[in-house]
Amino acid sequence: MPDKPDRNAIEVVNVSKIFGSGEGQVAALDTVSVSIRENEFFTLLGPSGCGKTTLLRLIAGFDFPSAGEILLYGQDIAPLPPFKRPVNTVFQSYALFPHMTVADNIGFGLEMLGKPKAEIAARVAQMLKLVKMEALSNRRTSQISGGQQQRVALARALAPQPKVLLLDEPLSALDYKLRKEMQIELKRLQHETGITFIFVTHDQEEALTMSDRIAVMSAGKILQVGAPRDIYDRPAERFVADFIGETNFLKGTVVSKKSGVATVKLASGATVAAGFPENFDPSGAVTVVVRPEHADLIADVSKGTVSGTLANVVYFGTDTHYHVKLDGGDNFIVRYQNSRSGAVTFETGAKVGIVFEDDGARILKD
Amino acid sequence: MADPRNVDIKDQPGFRTIAIICVAVLYVPILILMIFSFNTGSLVTHWEGVGLTWYGTALLNEEFHNAAENTLIISVSATIVSTICATLAAIGMTRVKPWRGLPAAFMVINLPLMVPEIITAVATLSFFALIAGAFGLNFGIGNLILAHTVFCIPFAYMPIRARLEDMDLTLESAAADLYATPWHAFRRITLPLLVPGIMSGAALAFIVSFDDFTITQLVAGPGQTTLPLYIWNQIRRPMTPEINAISTILLLVSILFVSVSFLIARRRAK
Repeated sequence: MPDKPDRNAIEVVNVSKIFGSGEGQVAALDTVSVSIRENEFFTLLGPSGCGKTTLLRLIAGFDFPSAGEILLYGQDIAPLPPFKRPVNTVFQSYALFPHMTVADNIGFGLEMLGKPKAEIAARVAQMLKLVKMEALSNRRTSQISGGQQQRVALARALAPQPKVLLLDEPLSALDYKLRKEMQIELKRLQHETGITFIFVTHDQEEALTMSDRIAVMSAGKILQVGAPRDIYDRPAERFVADFIGETNFLKGTVVSKKSGVATVKLASGATVAAGFPENFDPSGAVTVVVRPEHADLIADVSKGTVSGTLANVVYFGTDTHYHVKLDGGDNFIVRYQNSRSGAVTFETGAKVGIVFEDDGARILKD
Repeated sequence: MADPRNVDIKDQPGFRTIAIICVAVLYVPILILMIFSFNTGSLVTHWEGVGLTWYGTALLNEEFHNAAENTLIISVSATIVSTICATLAAIGMTRVKPWRGLPAAFMVINLPLMVPEIITAVATLSFFALIAGAFGLNFGIGNLILAHTVFCIPFAYMPIRARLEDMDLTLESAAADLYATPWHAFRRITLPLLVPGIMSGAALAFIVSFDDFTITQLVAGPGQTTLPLYIWNQIRRPMTPEINAISTILLLVSILFVSVSFLIARRRAK
């Protein structure tokens, strides 16, 4: 992957957004700071109500922060109305203008900017080509399918060549196959246009697939910012690990630690080496997390780090989940990718041992 | 057996009978009125033969022409002015941050729907008499236009407001996001999408003004006879089927406008 330049397109500095007043007051964003680099595909990921859409609306200008600054290439845009910000949005509902044709929708932003007719026509044609909608330029937006509306919404937002493109869960209304297709399409568009994308989603898979970096949000705060692999393999807190992908949680006690690795004694009596994030000093009772694909089932129960009874085998097509009831009572999931050779064969009810791969176990902040 | 959880009112005993009686009470008199408009005889109660004689008489009647002309001038003017006022009021009350006086403003706009019309009529008459007495002002047919405009506003307001409330506010956000100033967003997005509501409101306002009797009867000066007043004056004399013919023409105009209003309202639902 080519290195992205380090210039920041957007800097969010100590931004808070408080809705309501008095006792009914809710902080949708609580002193959030984040920098989004130029030409980056940046995703705000979190469950509904975490503040991700609020942050997007503040950047777009539909709402104004209660405190803090939003800088666009160094200039504070927080007090500007939306029509004065060189930032465009793709709405969750697309918000295409129903009384206009596809081409008129795409040209609307340029028209409002007072561009000459010939320039608008050329740019609209270019955009139609970019999103592969040339054939439908004269259709009403109500006469095209959901996937096509999505493309028009993208073209409309990209046409004025915004400095930053904001996407508010734009794929949530599409069916699974179309969504997959559009994920790749979005990535391509971002690459071809070189525009900074800020993408909001609650779908962790979507975030992992498309993003250069992800900010995981919860309850009005950003918990972790990093590349998909960082976030997935080295989650900073329990919430992040739990929200992104599936995770097994095991209770244990720290016995000793040195340079980023601690030895933890698990409830089963076994000890494991577990990494932990910087700026976190684990001690006493801790939770150890292990991703389902970072563990293996073994038939020799005595050699397992933990052991239990295979309670359930769930087949997912591409992979299979083995649900193990640990001897201590907790549940543990081990995932195997399915392949035609080397199938794992354990019967439900069998006693099994579980070993962790190197680096598979981590200690996280609760 | 019908599903007991899903009671269909049509299956209830007596439903059909009651429905037929209701429809008959509503429409049989109108039907009889229309049938007798084709009577060739000169009595509204005695049938002699089928013909369009009375339609011919009505269409050649100078008084009918004058009344129709007055009615159209008043209705069209009142429709235009009241629809503009109603549109502005609806926008002012749906596209603003809620303020304390909002429910009161809503009530004031819709008050004419609740105040008995005769009260409004007497009040309007006194008002015009007062300014005529105090300032010597008389706007002639303008008095009627003004009076009609006032009571047409709530009728025009309702469908416009409904349309504004139905409208996806994200569209206006999208316009603002695409560099449209509030005025451009209104002009290019909100207003075009509001047109069906405005048309529907205007059609309602027109029909309400078109067949108003009570207020018009009190406020109208000499030479300001409208169609409803003309009919009223005619039935105080020996009645001929000419009145049936005129009434039928009025009815058709009303049906036309209500249908237009309904069709526009239905199209917007799509």
